[in-house]
Amino acid sequence: MKREIPILIVGITGFAMLIQYFIPTDWSEFIFTYSQDWVIVIGIIAMPLGIWSLVKANVNKLKVPGERFYSAVLLGGFLIMVLTCLKEESRMAGSFHMDLFNYVLVPIQATIFSLLAFFIASAAYRAFRARSILATILLLTAFLIMARFIPLGPISIINLKIDAWILQVPNMAANRAIMMGIGLGATATAMKIILGIERTYMGHD
Amino acid sequence: MNYFNRVLFALMLLLMIGGGVLAQDTGLTAVAAPDTLGPPAPQPPTNITVTDREDDGGHGLVIRWELSEDDGQGLNNVNMYDILRSSALDGEYMSRGIVPSGTNEFIDEDDQELTGSDPNLNFMPTGSTWYYKLAAISVENVRSVESEVVAGTTESNLFHWGKLPILFGVLIFGGFLLAFISQAKKGRELYVRPLSGINAVDDAIGRATEMGKPILFILGLGTAGDIATIAGFTILARVARRTAEYQTKVLVPVQDPVVLAVAQETVRTAYLEAGRPDQYNPDNVFYVTALQFPYVAAVNGIMLREKPATNFYCGKFYAESLILAETGNIAGSIQISGTDEIGQLPFFVAATDYTLIGEELYAASAYLSREPVQLGTLKAQDYTKAVAMVIVIIGAVLITLGLPFLLNLITVSL
Repeated sequence: MKREIPILIVGITGFAMLIQYFIPTDWSEFIFTYSQDWVIVIGIIAMPLGIWSLVKANVNKLKVPGERFYSAVLLGGFLIMVLTCLKEESRMAGSFHMDLFNYVLVPIQATIFSLLAFFIASAAYRAFRARSILATILLLTAFLIMARFIPLGPISIINLKIDAWILQVPNMAANRAIMMGIGLGATATAMKIILGIERTYMGHD
Repeated sequence: MNYFNRVLFALMLLLMIGGGVLAQDTGLTAVAAPDTLGPPAPQPPTNITVTDREDDGGHGLVIRWELSEDDGQGLNNVNMYDILRSSALDGEYMSRGIVPSGTNEFIDEDDQELTGSDPNLNFMPTGSTWYYKLAAISVENVRSVESEVVAGTTESNLFHWGKLPILFGVLIFGGFLLAFISQAKKGRELYVRPLSGINAVDDAIGRATEMGKPILFILGLGTAGDIATIAGFTILARVARRTAEYQTKVLVPVQDPVVLAVAQETVRTAYLEAGRPDQYNPDNVFYVTALQFPYVAAVNGIMLREKPATNFYCGKFYAESLILAETGNIAGSIQISGTDEIGQLPFFVAATDYTLIGEELYAASAYLSREPVQLGTLKAQDYTKAVAMVIVIIGAVLITLGLPFLLNLITVSL
């Protein structure tokens, strides 16, 4: 029974939302907006679970010699950020809390993001090695696409046309095929959930 | 010289003041009256109709008209049309929009009912009547006399006819789904083509067991409501069940508290079903952070410290996909990825050993469970895809022949 009731709720809600999609009236829009608001509310209610998990896991790691340092930094940072945002004005520009956010957290995030540039190079090197006919075609195509940013005089005009064809015909065709598959796959998964065929996410009795 | 400068300055000042006055006179807001002795005024638009806007909740009207006799013909001096609206026949008419010459339709809509101290005076409630008249404005900004007043009432529609092709699609797909599920329940063997990414799952778990190292399962940055994340849960369930059987550790760092709750429940259930509830450690499924790059930093740290034998990436991924996959590659892990984010697929294909492309991620649940009912849904997907392919081919041929009726039939207007 513990499992049947949630499946019934999911099924009824799923069908209701499916019907709602085709009804443009105000009450139908209200139901949609209201349900979206509930997603946010549930997310906020679940936040203490996340904080508890984070603190618990890292407090436990304080006992592990190799992990101790990282967990101490994390818990220290967490405490500082919480304590510095208790006052209402701490969210104003120039407050210590906002300074920590803007001048410590944001640059660290930018640093991690910038790693992407180096990883693109290393991944491209592996992907574009001409080990087979398909890999060689990939290499040549990538070369042509990248070469469009290089001014090569009259050759650039021909290359731009080739690149436009590559992007708009074979690339677009593949993209659309994948998108169609994703659309159908998403619909199938949604149907499976509504009909109660897919219930892995629901846990045990 | 000093005297010359003063004269020059005075002249410039005069020019600037004169220019300002002239500029005021030619402004769009000061349109000349139609019967002055200036450029001729255009004829107003005629035969105005106001109808309810289809497929909405009753907050819009469509205004159509016949073009002015001077629009593209006659004096050929119409530049634009001004659409005026009032809530009463003899009320004050305010401009609702200006459309260029040659246009004979305007949609007037406003469904934002702002309440409290800042109400929206333009809000069009359901069942409200509005009065419209139009004026043509010439290229010389001369306004025509205003057209006759026409009224229209907003109505709420019970069905969105523009979405009819989607409903047909859903019904066709639903029909296939029920038919194949019914066949599967009767015991019919359903063949599905093998997927190398799925076949590699068991091998990857076996490798981790042999090496005595953990498995890292990353559900991406999606919420628990994303289909890709839900598909990730089904793969996680299978992986967790096997790790429970092999007594291998599975680490699941997550970035959303709701995903955390569902992932913990999924892993717990898998351990219960494997008959090893005592092996389940809730701390192995843990929350890291809601921010994208701090999450990446944390997971990269885990990869480099723990050196997992296998990394799974199943869910929604964005810019972090390549950073994670390349770090996993540096750590020497076997990597299996799957996402429905088209922009990230090339990165996963380049950096991981196996990739589930788009729908393959959704199909993983059926492949892994091998339940006939689940396989039936895959078959329904394939048949619907075949129908879509036939429509695309016939549509392409018809469009090439200049026959757009199939395109018109399946076009969706949202």
